[in-house]
Amino acid sequence: MDQAEATEKIVAALKKKAKTKSKFYFNDLAKILDEKPRAAKKFINAMVIDEVLEYWSSGSTSMYGLKGAGKQSAGEGED
Amino acid sequence: MAKFETPFLDQLETGPWPSFVSDLKQEAESRAKNERNIEYQIPQDCCDDLLGVVELSYKHGRTHWKHGGIVGVFGYGGGVIGRYCDQPEMFPGVAAFHTMRVNQPSGKFYTTKFLEDLCELWERRGSGLTNMHGATGDIIFLGTTTEQLEEVFWELGHNLNQDIGGSGSNLRTPSCCIGQARCEYACFDTQDICHDLTNEYQDELHRPAFPYKFKFKFDGCPNCCVASIARSDLSFIGTWRDDIRIDQKAVKAYIGGEFPPNAGAHAGRDWGPFDIQKEVIDLCPTKCMRYEDGKLEVNTPECTRCMHCINVMPRALRVGNDKGASLLVGAKAPILDGAQMATLLVPFIKIESPYTEIKETVIEPIWDWWMEEGKNRERLGELIKREGFQKVLEVTGFKADPRMIKEPRSNPYVFWKEDEVPGGFKRDINEFRKFHQR
Repeated sequence: MDQAEATEKIVAALKKKAKTKSKFYFNDLAKILDEKPRAAKKFINAMVIDEVLEYWSSGSTSMYGLKGAGKQSAGEGED
Repeated sequence: MAKFETPFLDQLETGPWPSFVSDLKQEAESRAKNERNIEYQIPQDCCDDLLGVVELSYKHGRTHWKHGGIVGVFGYGGGVIGRYCDQPEMFPGVAAFHTMRVNQPSGKFYTTKFLEDLCELWERRGSGLTNMHGATGDIIFLGTTTEQLEEVFWELGHNLNQDIGGSGSNLRTPSCCIGQARCEYACFDTQDICHDLTNEYQDELHRPAFPYKFKFKFDGCPNCCVASIARSDLSFIGTWRDDIRIDQKAVKAYIGGEFPPNAGAHAGRDWGPFDIQKEVIDLCPTKCMRYEDGKLEVNTPECTRCMHCINVMPRALRVGNDKGASLLVGAKAPILDGAQMATLLVPFIKIESPYTEIKETVIEPIWDWWMEEGKNRERLGELIKREGFQKVLEVTGFKADPRMIKEPRSNPYVFWKEDEVPGGFKRDINEFRKFHQR
């Protein structure tokens, strides 16, 4: 798999779930790519550098999401 | 003149201990006066607003902080913890008030100049409030705006030669005791391995791909000054294989009262003359010592390196010469669902630069296993409980050892596989019946 193919897979899968979920654990992304974690990490890091994905952190746990996706207010019907 | 009345916080200051409230007030006052003409890059009154929001939280009995977010420095998935106030109109100075974790120097050695530079940077680009050090060991910078994050990071990296630390699902900032720099008990160079692994695993520190946090901690001896055994996923504890070195003349000097026991600690009251039987021999957890005919003896195979005798008589007893470390895995100290102590994985290993054996046979196989099998937010210790300690032995290649269990049958998660047992699990029932009736 090359980077473009990986990006396409991730973007398509995340957009499909965008209505219900905007933040994903690293393992979820590795499963989408069907790669071992270390191989998946290279693709996912490149997507962060390319600003396709962005990190989200609670301080103790990290997650990934499509850049700009998922505002809590929208999720709770306040927008 | 304070910006907000803070009756609840004022009450906190009346207790017997130093109060963080007094520190906040001191910093608020200092920023208001600005006697050093600092060009503040975040609101000058942020500490006043911080006092205000904390007071309001006490009044309402609920927090006014929103925790977490997408903030960080470019390319890093850790080191910054987003914090926002949910009353930004009332407290604009802390509307965004992010925490930054800065990688502390190994052993926490500082020059005065470096400390001054850190403080100067944080006064100018942050709130001026720090926590030296947080539970992870990092230098904690408390409170700055989103715009200042990259600026602080740039100055730390370019002017102070300092990186930010770990947070989130990353390797957390490794931390070590003061080690051989100051302590005669240290059995390996804690600072060197801490620094080496910090550099080696930069990717794991800054780009989150673990199921959850992972901590290394390095204790030079079993006194465990950084409590690695209780709170790190991979704990390094210095130990030795040969005999405790005994200076019999110095033992007599302790008994004769020439040297104060415990290096003079607990000297605040008169405990009477030193009694080696009561204070050392009888307190040995494995009863491996005796003092007879003016001679102290230690039965080394029974000694569990509890350090008590060495701590009481440091001039008479010294750790052995054949030094290394024990490696333990799986500790955690969470606030919510209960602490777990580490389990011994490697009874003894030499700790020598460039630490290749440790990296290749312990750290990396464990990470590969945990990254593949660990559930989201599952610490290594929880995975070990779920899949069994045998699995750790399998992935690392270490053989089961009696020292890995506390006592027979107390570790129910150590099992044997059929191919590891001579003859397997099947038996010849007729042969068995020759000796045992139905």
